[in-house]
Amino acid sequence: MSPALVQVRDLKMHFPIYTGLLRRRTGAVKAVDGVSFDIRAGETLGLVGESGCGKSTVGRALLRLYEPTAGSVVIGGEDIATLSPAALRAKRPMMQMVFQDPQASLNPRMTVQAIISEPLDEQSDWDRDRKQTRVLELMDQVGLNRRFANRYPHEFSGGQRQRIGIARALALSPKFIVCDEPIAALDVSIQAQVVNLLEDLQDNLGLTYLFISHDLSMVRHIADRVAVMYLGRIAELSPRDALYARPLHPYAEALLSAVPEPDPSREGARQRIILQGDVPSPANPPKGCNFCTRCPKVFDRCRVEKPDLVEVEPGRLVACHLYPAITHPSPDQPGGTQATKPTQQGEVQ
Amino acid sequence: MPDGAVPVLDVRGLKTVFRTRGGEVHAVNSVSFHLQPGELLGVVGESGSGKSVTMMSLIGLLPSPPAEVRAGEVLLDGRDLLKIGADELRDVRGAKIGFVFQDPMTSLNPVFTVGSQIMEPLTRHMGLTKAQARDRAAELLALVGIPDAKKRLKDYPHQFSGGMRQRVMIAIALACDPEVLIADEPTTALDVTIQAQIIELVKDLRQKLGMAIVWITHDLGVIAGIADRVMVMYGGQVVEQGPVRQLFSDPRHPYTRALLKTIPSLHGERAARLQAIEGQPPILNAAPVACPFRARCAHAHDRCQTENPQRRAVDGLAVGQGHDVACHWSPGGAA
Repeated sequence: MSPALVQVRDLKMHFPIYTGLLRRRTGAVKAVDGVSFDIRAGETLGLVGESGCGKSTVGRALLRLYEPTAGSVVIGGEDIATLSPAALRAKRPMMQMVFQDPQASLNPRMTVQAIISEPLDEQSDWDRDRKQTRVLELMDQVGLNRRFANRYPHEFSGGQRQRIGIARALALSPKFIVCDEPIAALDVSIQAQVVNLLEDLQDNLGLTYLFISHDLSMVRHIADRVAVMYLGRIAELSPRDALYARPLHPYAEALLSAVPEPDPSREGARQRIILQGDVPSPANPPKGCNFCTRCPKVFDRCRVEKPDLVEVEPGRLVACHLYPAITHPSPDQPGGTQATKPTQQGEVQ
Repeated sequence: MPDGAVPVLDVRGLKTVFRTRGGEVHAVNSVSFHLQPGELLGVVGESGSGKSVTMMSLIGLLPSPPAEVRAGEVLLDGRDLLKIGADELRDVRGAKIGFVFQDPMTSLNPVFTVGSQIMEPLTRHMGLTKAQARDRAAELLALVGIPDAKKRLKDYPHQFSGGMRQRVMIAIALACDPEVLIADEPTTALDVTIQAQIIELVKDLRQKLGMAIVWITHDLGVIAGIADRVMVMYGGQVVEQGPVRQLFSDPRHPYTRALLKTIPSLHGERAARLQAIEGQPPILNAAPVACPFRARCAHAHDRCQTENPQRRAVDGLAVGQGHDVACHWSPGGAA
């Protein structure tokens, strides 16, 4: 089993709310409120959840595109969250990001060549020719025709633009890539092209992915393990097959049951768990378990005590009072989640 | 679908063209379909396949110029909507045909209360007084599952969540008891758990009110769960149409077949590699003279390059009545 490349511990990202004439700080949106997990070298961790659950914020805070409020993010042995700006800049080449909207994340006034070589301009002292060679090599790698190097982003389709974004992310030979909804803006028939490309690149280059998505079917396809987030916290983190076969956390169960499937006979017979109401505001999350306002299995304890994310079955972590922690985790069991065990600390508000 | 029943909506040979500086875009090419009373027709297709433009053309919601409905008939209760005047069409919209759009954030007016927006069609089309309209608006809000309906009439759209706003949109669309409800990607902007709520609501309303529904989506999963019949669009044309179970169990068009294979499944076998549909959707800058899917089709042959296939029945029923496909190729032998 590979060691953890990324170790996230009790990561918090609170955005302040200022109100009134004096713009006094009156509260905070707790977008991410104590999240811990590991990503092993070479694996794909899927991060799923609904809009506003904090999944993209986790991805951005991980690469320190936001300054995290608290917690640590150790990538390749160094804590990204506390690095000095100069040290962080030196660290950037190993961690990159692919964004959701290829339309918005590519500068319309730059050619493909300029976009892909920008990271090289910033981080390397290569000469023109060497950079040019690298750009063309990257274009081959992501399946873009070399002849289009001098074209502008608007001349490409959505799927091709996403390939440009991927080539840019690969330019500095990173080890770890955060893919933030990389296929959400693409048509169904194009999604598979991009996912296949991401998988090929992972195999060829030994990449490690955090794959953020709301598409649970696609995450089942691409991820090795999956973390389900709800309102700024991880509800369940399980190996892919275990999660999809038998979700443990009531939210994970409801989320999976809500996904419609392209099979009329199956759809007709399906028992769907319809959650009542809406997701509460992350500025004012409920006391106790953050899912207690909508949980079909809620009981008294849930409303007063926040459940910790603990290992409840070998390799499966769940934050729910229905599942007690297993008491004797052997240090060498498969799944290797010992490191992520003592995690979300209960917080009384 | 009972054979020979009079359809509430009958669309024949609809053609819509956009005139742009770069030339004409043939967005909808000879689209024909009909809708039986109480039926739910699912329309699937990717962006640019013409599904939304088709529906907008029906009721004159496209800005002209640049749009131009060039040919076709849209029969509602025997009247051709493409031939009637703007005022008359305005009465049809809202009163006879209700519309729910994709984005509940932008389709409600932020400066009017939700109540006044539901009351507007009631006073305009149904001739209700303000007090009557207010009572009916409260009833409608309760019908779409908004708690404390009477009080919430005074709230503004921003005070509702996305799912609740979509419920408000549905209430407005249903205000005048329309015969036809056209829902254009009504759950695409919503989260899956909220989408499940809205789908349950529509299923429930259909049983209570019995209107016919056209549900446009790109999500084959949503369609599988709610539609009676499905129409698949590609490149501005209907490429396949049929009863939902037949279409999913025995898809005939190479595009439909590829589309169903490209989606990873939530249960069952997990493929090592996704089957991608290579290539890009067509650019519709000329009237079609060949099959729009030919460049991406595994079964394309010479005829596909020169002749745009017409819809033909695959189960012996007339085109539009049973299962039909617009393709020169058929599984297990040439057509």
